[in-house]
Amino acid sequence: MKRVPWLVPTLYILFLLLPIYWLINMSFKTTNEILGSFTLWPRNFTLDNYVKIFTDPTWYNGYINSITYVLINMVLSIVVALPAAYAFSRYRFLGDKHLFFWLLTNRMAPAAVFALPFLQLYSAVGLFDTPIAVALAHTLFNIPLAVWILEGFMSGVPKELDETAYVDGYSFWGFFFKIFVPTIAAGIGVAAFFCFMFSWVELLLAKTLTSVAAKPIAATMTRTASTSGYELGLLAAAGTLTIVPGAIVIYFVRNYIAKGFALGRV
Amino acid sequence: MSLDLKNVTKRVGADTHIHETSLRFEDGSFNILLGTTLSGKTSLMQLMAGLDRPSSGEVWFADRNVTGIPVQKRNVSMVYQQFINYPNFSVYENIASPLRVAGMAQAEIDKRVQQAADLLRLGPMLKRRPSELSGGQQQRTAIARALVKDSDMILLDEPLANLDYKLREELRDELPKLFAGRNCIVVYATTEPTEALLFGGNTVLLHEGRVTQFGPTSAIYRRPADLTSAQVFSDPPINTAKVMKKGDQITLENKVTWRAPKAARVPDGAYTIAIRPHHITPMQQGREASTIEGRVLVTELSGSESVVHFDMNGQTWVSQSHGIHPFEVGVTAKLFVDVDQGFFFDGENRLIGAAA
Repeated sequence: MKRVPWLVPTLYILFLLLPIYWLINMSFKTTNEILGSFTLWPRNFTLDNYVKIFTDPTWYNGYINSITYVLINMVLSIVVALPAAYAFSRYRFLGDKHLFFWLLTNRMAPAAVFALPFLQLYSAVGLFDTPIAVALAHTLFNIPLAVWILEGFMSGVPKELDETAYVDGYSFWGFFFKIFVPTIAAGIGVAAFFCFMFSWVELLLAKTLTSVAAKPIAATMTRTASTSGYELGLLAAAGTLTIVPGAIVIYFVRNYIAKGFALGRV
Repeated sequence: MSLDLKNVTKRVGADTHIHETSLRFEDGSFNILLGTTLSGKTSLMQLMAGLDRPSSGEVWFADRNVTGIPVQKRNVSMVYQQFINYPNFSVYENIASPLRVAGMAQAEIDKRVQQAADLLRLGPMLKRRPSELSGGQQQRTAIARALVKDSDMILLDEPLANLDYKLREELRDELPKLFAGRNCIVVYATTEPTEALLFGGNTVLLHEGRVTQFGPTSAIYRRPADLTSAQVFSDPPINTAKVMKKGDQITLENKVTWRAPKAARVPDGAYTIAIRPHHITPMQQGREASTIEGRVLVTELSGSESVVHFDMNGQTWVSQSHGIHPFEVGVTAKLFVDVDQGFFFDGENRLIGAAA
């Protein structure tokens, strides 16, 4: 028997891509075609689903809301995690190892645990239904993750680099921003990517902490399914658009993702 | 301008990294810190540079107490064992970095960087990133950065240790020329006694955070103040044995007797004798050479040199000689000892007698 080394990987990739293909396929069909017949590609190719999303504010606001809180969250997480990770990577202090591990344990609790206290707290201080509420809630999970990833990347930079900069005359902040941050730029990119990933796909907190004004796209999608019947083509188009930002971000950090999954420790 | 360490110590938690140390380095001097790994060379350099504060004691520079003054205000340069350069800067910007921070005019920066680059043969590399250079070139970049500003003191922490053999020899030849004519204190840390001997200058012998001896390199090589200093300043390790001296004979623990060295005036008594490996050879050197026998453990042949490790009364002794002497492992070798070159240390390991 002749060996066909490409066969198994090809089948596997087809298997992985099938649902994505089906989603994209559906997004160019009308709902009637989706429900009426089984077709491998759109018979009545239509862009109506996409047009609707980009023209109807209840749809595109969902994207704007999601992107807003995701960006706020990314910036907050990185800004807070950078100095924290630097401290963990460069200094020894009482209980540093325990504190570092405790950070990670934050990620072990399910988001649902925090939904109720957050809802009550944010309602009380008037943050309910704002992008900031969701962004802050997500930092609970993202800052520990970002600290872990950045600490890994920072520990890969010898502390002699810090000292060389001081010897050259740089102040701490001069060194930190002009030399250190550019040196670990890849790590910052990866940390930002993981914050993006979590915040972009997280549904429970995002849905709980918003009602109308800051409703994220994922919430819009699920609610539409229940109120105005089955608009499957529209939902598929929304789903396709939800994948796109993630794909773009992945493209930029593709060379460092593996190191990121190992929390920067490769 | 001289550097003075006055009774400095460094403690971290319960560990003492540097025991009380006082040293004075003169302007324009080449000083070597010689010691094994973890002997405190880097800790001592950090105290000198101002990267670290001593737990007690003072650091003076040119009659000014600089103990609490941070490294940024000290005008020192440093080169590390790892090739430390700013990865996101070009070679040019790496070398220019201390001048940029000092706010020097662009024309002057250009001139100086070019000079330093020419000196270290980095001219064609200026536009590249450090990661695009070979290890030797990366270290040259680091050295160029250390030379480009007129520092009062240049600290080199095992700068050649990570280079391969050829590059190390090449750079080792160049280094003294680079520092010649500069009015700065050079401090060079190394683990290799050979390097200290090649550079000359002054040597500080360090052992477990203590300075055991400080003085002109050749002088302390010839007269180690104590047994530890002799051990630090010997590679392969120096051979030691407990001996009894009586009249013109010395007796080892295994009853072997040697004639007492002529030059060293050592009173009768119990001593530790230390003999450098190259004074134990397979060939007879003088007419009255003393001999020693031992079971061969390892023989290392390196082209023009033989290093034989042998068992001497339960201790491993080493002989180092020119030529190829392929002793087989396990055989009993008869070797000749040049006792006249031995050092005698008393019960407190202080030097009592040495070859004239």
